[in-house]
Amino acid sequence: MLAFAIRRAFQSLIVLLVVGLVAFSMFNFVGDPIDSMLGQERTGADIERLRTQLGLDQPFPVQYYRFLESAVQGNFGISYRLGRPVSKIIAERLPATLELAMVSAVLAIVFGVALGVFTAIRRNGWAANTVMTLSLIGVSLPTFLIGILLIYLFAVELGWLPSFGRGDVVDLGWWRTGFLTQSGLKALVLPAITLGLYQMTLIMRLVRSEMLEVLRQDYIRFARARGLRDRSVYFRHALKNTLVPVITVTGMQLGSIIAFAIITETVFQWPGVGLLFINAIRFVDIPVMAAYLMLISVMFVIINFIVDMLYFAIDPRLRVDRTGSAQK
Amino acid sequence: MSQETKGQNHQPATSPGETSQAGNRLTRAWSRAAGSDFIWSFKRSPVAVVSFLVALGLVLGAVLAPLFAPHNPFDPATLNLMNGFSSPMQPNAFTGEVFWLGTDDQGRDVFSTILYGMRISLFVGFAAVAFAMVLGVTLGLIAGYVGGWIGAVIMRIADVQLTFPGILVAMLIFGIAKGFTPLEQRDEMAIWVLIIAIGLSEWVQFARVVRGATMVEKGKEYVQAARLNGRGAGGIMIRHILPNVLGPVLVIATISLALAIIAEATLSFLGVGAPPTQPSLGTLIRIGQGYLFSGEWWILLFPSVTLLALALSVNLLGDWLRDVLNPRLR
Repeated sequence: MLAFAIRRAFQSLIVLLVVGLVAFSMFNFVGDPIDSMLGQERTGADIERLRTQLGLDQPFPVQYYRFLESAVQGNFGISYRLGRPVSKIIAERLPATLELAMVSAVLAIVFGVALGVFTAIRRNGWAANTVMTLSLIGVSLPTFLIGILLIYLFAVELGWLPSFGRGDVVDLGWWRTGFLTQSGLKALVLPAITLGLYQMTLIMRLVRSEMLEVLRQDYIRFARARGLRDRSVYFRHALKNTLVPVITVTGMQLGSIIAFAIITETVFQWPGVGLLFINAIRFVDIPVMAAYLMLISVMFVIINFIVDMLYFAIDPRLRVDRTGSAQK
Repeated sequence: MSQETKGQNHQPATSPGETSQAGNRLTRAWSRAAGSDFIWSFKRSPVAVVSFLVALGLVLGAVLAPLFAPHNPFDPATLNLMNGFSSPMQPNAFTGEVFWLGTDDQGRDVFSTILYGMRISLFVGFAAVAFAMVLGVTLGLIAGYVGGWIGAVIMRIADVQLTFPGILVAMLIFGIAKGFTPLEQRDEMAIWVLIIAIGLSEWVQFARVVRGATMVEKGKEYVQAARLNGRGAGGIMIRHILPNVLGPVLVIATISLALAIIAEATLSFLGVGAPPTQPSLGTLIRIGQGYLFSGEWWILLFPSVTLLALALSVNLLGDWLRDVLNPRLR
């Protein structure tokens, strides 16, 4: 277990170093920092001085090391567009994105697993078939169209929910939350559904196909022969054994929820890091882009690491296989 | 046999005098094709037939847009601002002109803008998939056949990229490429940048599948025979292995096309894709979203429905193709 964990941690580190290299290259090769910092009237001596001051005269590995050093400390320089430290801007906006992603993830998992089990058990029922057909449309429907559709239905036609923004937020010092006010909760509903729907359909389809696979196996027949109730067979015996692939895919999907939040945040003008990133791309604001890239890859790597560990803890068969292959 | 079939396609067009003979051969080829498993399962699947017809209709509409479109939305001379905000199927209050699907704020016919917008969407989609396919298949062949440290590096890059959702990769590449292009050329270059960004975000699937298939093919006798004949690695990869790994590539290409169309629409909708001077379906939806609250629903609805029909039909075709060509990919 420990050897496996160390190996995975090492791989994660390599991923981060590669992404760091990409972010670093963005700083270095897209546009000239000397150009953006010095005005029109500059002398050769000015350029030399700034070059030494910024460390641009150092060899590439040294520069990269310095970049990593300041990145680890959360220092990504100053946004070209907003003129403020990038780390501060991101820290202000991160809570909005995390709250949205969290609620969407919970919605996706709860409804995804429940509907997946339901459609697998009532395989040929009309309700299950309807859900399956709808899910096919859900997979093909781009996220932003779902958002627009929901806005049209619930904000424009019915007027029940707000169509943009985060509502009133409560400042907890370092975290501004929308969970504590009524308008904040109301504003959360449509974006969370928009963001979670795609993931929900994916989880649902996966749970369904895994359940169907498992329900065919002998031990389920034995469990039935023993006279166990349906409920026990489905949930204690079958669902438990579908969990390994479900957890893997769900874990990966959690990562992409944060990325897909970019789209949802733009549709609903949700003041999170995704909206920040899109505006950074539009105005070629390199420091913000690089910082967002690093932030999101750290999140992805952590999520993947946890998923791998869970995977290992849940399925004893894998443990035997992995250690076996490691010893070879 | 393949030469014969090729000849038949050209015959009727080039020599009209021999129509009966050529027609004969054509019918024979047709009956042979119609008897194949492929066509048989196509005809058996109503979903595949309907999606094929929908996709074909949309592609034809886009390609032949200059013929079908009642107006050219990019020719300012044909526009009349008085026609702005006409409702669908109703005569305009000022000019009395009727537009099937209404007009937008500048009096552009929505039906025509959709046809022209679809051209951009489909062009970007096809070009991006072609780019991703060439890149992915090449790298996959090399990684599978040559292997060694080159293969390891290629697959490592693929793994790292796969950690991130494609749309994010595409956005990032778009942003970086935008930084490289000079300010005055950004709008012109946007389409090409978009193709490269989406293409680079989708090559991994091709590379992984081709690598796996290549490693299987590599051990077979015909490859050993070719090697003993003294063929070089490049020749073996292209002439011998490539034709045998094309089945799954075709499936992935179809599914990637749907993904690329949606990715393009998403990027353009977010304002980091096709410029307003060359609006794709995504750009049209973005423009339409601005009129959601003021009641001009047609500017938003029709482009959205078109995009949905396009994505759904290509997706369903891809699903069907996967089931027919390679049941293992399920």
